[in-house]
Amino acid sequence: MIENPVIVDRGQSSALATNKVLRNTYMLLSMTLLFSGLTAGLSMAMQLPFAVYFGSVIGAFALIWLVLPRVANSGAGIAVVFVITGLLGLGLGPLLNYYTALANGSQVITLALGGTGVIFVGLSAYVLTTKKDFSFMGGFLMAGFLVILVAAIANIFFQIPALSLTISSAIILIMSGFILYDTSRIIHGGETNYIMATIGLYLSLYNIFVSLLQILGIFGGDD
Amino acid sequence: MDLWFKIGGAVLLATMFVVILPRAKHMLANSPKGSAQDWIGVLFPILLVVLFVVFLISLV
Repeated sequence: MIENPVIVDRGQSSALATNKVLRNTYMLLSMTLLFSGLTAGLSMAMQLPFAVYFGSVIGAFALIWLVLPRVANSGAGIAVVFVITGLLGLGLGPLLNYYTALANGSQVITLALGGTGVIFVGLSAYVLTTKKDFSFMGGFLMAGFLVILVAAIANIFFQIPALSLTISSAIILIMSGFILYDTSRIIHGGETNYIMATIGLYLSLYNIFVSLLQILGIFGGDD
Repeated sequence: MDLWFKIGGAVLLATMFVVILPRAKHMLANSPKGSAQDWIGVLFPILLVVLFVVFLISLV
C-alpha cells in the first residue's frame, strides 16, 4: 500500500530531474571538451601567437559574466557555452605549442591531459558514490580562489618561480574542491541548470589542466 | 614577459577579483557550516589528488 502517493511521486520526480541535469551536464561537458580539443588543434596547426591565449581568456570571461547568465535558461545558452569553450580551446593552442617545443613536451602534455581526466573521474565518482553534501565548502572555496588571484597578480610582477609553483598547486586543490562542490550541488538539487553546471565543471577541468601543465613543465626541466 | 602583457594580465585578474568578491562575501556569510566529519570527507579525496600529482611529477 502506498501511504502517501503525492510525496512518493514528488520524491521520484526530484530524483528524475536530478538525474536528467547530471546526464545533460556530462553530455554537454563531453561535447564541449571535444570542441575545445578541436579548436586547440586548429590553433596549434595555425601556430597562433601567445597573445591569442590572453585574448581568448578575456573574451571567454566577458561571455561568462555578461552574456551567459542572461541566456542560460534558453537554447542560446548552449551556443554561448560552445563559443566560450571554443575560445578557451583556441587559447590553449599557443600554450601547447610552447610545451611541444620542449624536449619532453609531448610527455608533459599527455600526462597533464590524462592526469586531469583521472582527477575529474575520481572526484566525480567519489561524490556520486558517497552522495555526500559538499555545499558547506562554497565560502571556503571562493575565499581560497580570491587569495590565489591576489597571489597571481603579485607574481605577474615579482616572477618568483616558487610562488608560481605554489599558485599552480593551490589552483589544482581549489579546482578539485570545486568539482566536489559542483557535482554535489547537481545531485542534491542545488544546481538545476545544466548549462551553468557544465561551464563550472569545464572551468575546473581547464584550470587543473593548465596548472598541471605548468607543474609538470617545471619539474620536467622547463623554466 | 612583455610589460603590456603583465599589465593586461594584472588588470584581468584584478577584474576577476572585483567581480567575484561580492559573490564570495555572500557565500562566506550564507554557506552552511561543515562539521569536523564533513571536512574529513573533503580531506580524503584532496589528499588522494595531492598524492596523484606527486606521482605524475615522478613520471616526468
